[in-house]
Amino acid sequence: MSAVPAQTTLIATSPPGARLARRRARLIRERLIELVLFLAALVSVFTTVGIVYILVKESVAFFQHVPLVDFLTDTQWTPLFDDAHFGIMVLLSGTLTSSAVALCIAIPLGTIIAIYLAEFAPFRLREVAKPFLELLGGVPTIVYGYFALLFVTPLLQRIYPELPGFNLLSAGIVMGIMIIPYVSSISEDAMRAVPMSLREGSYAMGATRFQTAIKVVVPAAFSGIASAYILGISRAVGETMILAIAAGMQPNLTFNPLEPAATITAYIVQVALGDLPHGSIGYQTIFAAGLTLMLFTLVCNIGGHLLRKSFREAY
Amino acid sequence: MAAANPTQIRALIASHKRWDTIFALCGLLALMLGVLTFAALFLDMALDGGARLSWDFFTSYPSRRAGQAGILSAWVGSTLVMLTTAFFAVPLGVAAGVYLEEYAAKNWVTDIIEINITNLAGVPSIVYGLLALGLFVYQFGFGQSILSAGLTLALLILPVVIVATREAIRSIPQVIREGSYALGATQWQTVRYHILPYSSAGILTGVIIGMARAIGETAPIITIGALTFIAFLPPSPVQAEPPFLSFEWLFSPFTVMPIQMFNWTSRPEAAFLTNAAAAGFVLVFMTLAMNGLAIWLRYRLRRNLKW
Repeated sequence: MSAVPAQTTLIATSPPGARLARRRARLIRERLIELVLFLAALVSVFTTVGIVYILVKESVAFFQHVPLVDFLTDTQWTPLFDDAHFGIMVLLSGTLTSSAVALCIAIPLGTIIAIYLAEFAPFRLREVAKPFLELLGGVPTIVYGYFALLFVTPLLQRIYPELPGFNLLSAGIVMGIMIIPYVSSISEDAMRAVPMSLREGSYAMGATRFQTAIKVVVPAAFSGIASAYILGISRAVGETMILAIAAGMQPNLTFNPLEPAATITAYIVQVALGDLPHGSIGYQTIFAAGLTLMLFTLVCNIGGHLLRKSFREAY
Repeated sequence: MAAANPTQIRALIASHKRWDTIFALCGLLALMLGVLTFAALFLDMALDGGARLSWDFFTSYPSRRAGQAGILSAWVGSTLVMLTTAFFAVPLGVAAGVYLEEYAAKNWVTDIIEINITNLAGVPSIVYGLLALGLFVYQFGFGQSILSAGLTLALLILPVVIVATREAIRSIPQVIREGSYALGATQWQTVRYHILPYSSAGILTGVIIGMARAIGETAPIITIGALTFIAFLPPSPVQAEPPFLSFEWLFSPFTVMPIQMFNWTSRPEAAFLTNAAAAGFVLVFMTLAMNGLAIWLRYRLRRNLKW
């Protein structure tokens, strides 16, 4: 008990100048810490700046050799041949076809699972299903690639024997299954954020669960569901290893999922596996391809952002 | 409506209710499809590669003879890359999360940082690989080393760590901060002695999920030009003579588990595919264990934490 008054006198007797100095030192320390934390937060901005800088720098060098018109309109992609052609459409067609297959799987199934978990499933099932779906999304893509090549493709060949060993279909299907958790978890969160009163109003009008889910909850949560779809699209477009393994790496201008084709991402992997000298045209093509990919996902992200803004329902 | 008699109304109600049941079944089926795929994937790996899983498989270097090949250099490489990744990603991500939740003023700078983080989370991983190839490998001259790979993956999982940190911090009630300030603590003291300890479990969950993602990432590491055939280990971090610690391993060439698996998958001989399946099984097992740990942590956290 006696220690407390003793301390009070200690503080009281220390000269005001020393206290002021201590306070100033403490203030400076606080400011320094804040600055350090701010710099850490800025790292993400530097990352984006770095990505844009590197992609644009190498792409500018690339477009000094290859006119932009050729890049966009040529129908051949043979950058490493003597007769070099740089038609990004060839790679883009592979990316779009495989993404379309993946989304045909992921969007319907993901939406159904989300509606089911948010509106129908009993509490216990939901508690088990959500972490399970998370696990499904956590499996390394290289493992999915192996699975597509050596399990799904042979399975599909039993149904359709002419299917080549490398094809966009099985890669797309497996990619779709991989994307389901991303679509379902964000859509479900959006639906569960819809206030209970809306559902109660619907039930009070005599609507069934299904009617309430489809006509009340889904429209109310539409902005969230749409952003889940957009995330799914950008995942599909940027997916690399499944396609590099199971779809073959042959550039092929086709929209037929039964054929093998290279995507933008698979091409980058293929070039990185060989050893092209730094600064060669082949080295620069992967940055031009990466820039295309980046612009594509950027458009998706901005579109998703606008969609979310314009459809947001305020309660 | 006036003409409808009770039987018609009942039939109408029954048919509407039937849709409920049909949809519930669809939902269950869709979920089951996920479960089945997962089971097929896991069993496929286990059946194809199970026979190769032995002690030798973990202690042998890759080889031209499939039967003698192992994943020693791959798992050592993965471990060292993960260490590097965690060393950079955890402090940076936690610091950024603390800044955004506790310090940041509501202005355009903060807005830019937040939009940036959301955007980065959507950037394909291979683009990070291109960034690393241009920046770390050539601009900074780190070469195709463990350091380059670790930095790349750290940038890749940074958004995951930041978002997890922010969510964990946001769940701490304002009263805690006010109590701390009332006792004369500064902002940093509040963060150091209250905010960080109380959010540590949530942050840890996010870090584990991020690391589980990083360990399976293949594309960015292939892009920086990691070699696929490595039959030696990086120099050991612990040395016999002073100064005992060596950081030479940071600049050593390396390979990682997913790249080893990719290498074996792209070979035509069936024996190598068996190796790929075995490596895949180990990889799936590791990521499942990490994700499972994170889920369990979060579950415990939700149950035990009541403010």
